[in-house]
Amino acid sequence: MSEERGGRGRGKGGDKDKGKDGPRRGGFFRRRRVCKFCAEKIDYINYKDVRLLAPFLPERGKIQPRRISGTCAMHQRKLQTAIKRARQLALVPYVTD
Amino acid sequence: MSTTRQYELVYLITPDAPEQEIAELHTQIEQIVTRFNATLDKTENWGRRKLAYEIGHHREAVYVVETISSTSGDVMKEIDRRLRVIDQVIRHLVVRVDEELAVAERTRALRKANQARRRVARGLPPEPAPGESRGDQDMDDDRDMMEIQR
Repeated sequence: MSEERGGRGRGKGGDKDKGKDGPRRGGFFRRRRVCKFCAEKIDYINYKDVRLLAPFLPERGKIQPRRISGTCAMHQRKLQTAIKRARQLALVPYVTD
Repeated sequence: MSTTRQYELVYLITPDAPEQEIAELHTQIEQIVTRFNATLDKTENWGRRKLAYEIGHHREAVYVVETISSTSGDVMKEIDRRLRVIDQVIRHLVVRVDEELAVAERTRALRKANQARRRVARGLPPEPAPGESRGDQDMDDDRDMMEIQR
């Protein structure tokens, strides 16, 4: 957002910025990621449900951080324990090379 | 203190164990459960499944899930001890689930109550009609929730 303001955006976006000159208001519209578990109303993250956990394990097998997946803090915590349990049972990998 | 606890037991058996041995293991667990005055609620045999990683040269294993309720944790202690000794069981996990399920149930009830309250406030019947479009409904609900938090 800030780089847009400082650099080349200045001359071009002068007109565009006129209306919304408020403090934290960039010209860009960032897509809001929503926590999957909140959106789908999944209350209990079952560790035996591999298909539920798999999207949160990218190719290396590491748990995807919240800032990328958009999961809320509460559900990330629950997801974390579920993934760790599933790992013990060899349902999902610890590491994949 | 004397509430019933619910446990989930998952164990992995070597793929080369015969059917009969799997059944035997199950009856062994059943015996322990009855000995401790607990109840075996459910048994699920997932059958042979590929492992995500090798466990002692095995690439596959037979998964069995058992749900046990008991008033004390001694049953699971005993089962855990027994499974540790048996060579055919390559991995096992005991999880106490009653508390987690209770939390899930509570949040579900809370959400339902909230939804009903908000719907009434908007002059709608508390329960969404089966024909109502779900997508729009959910978005409206979310927005209302945010206003409350503010």
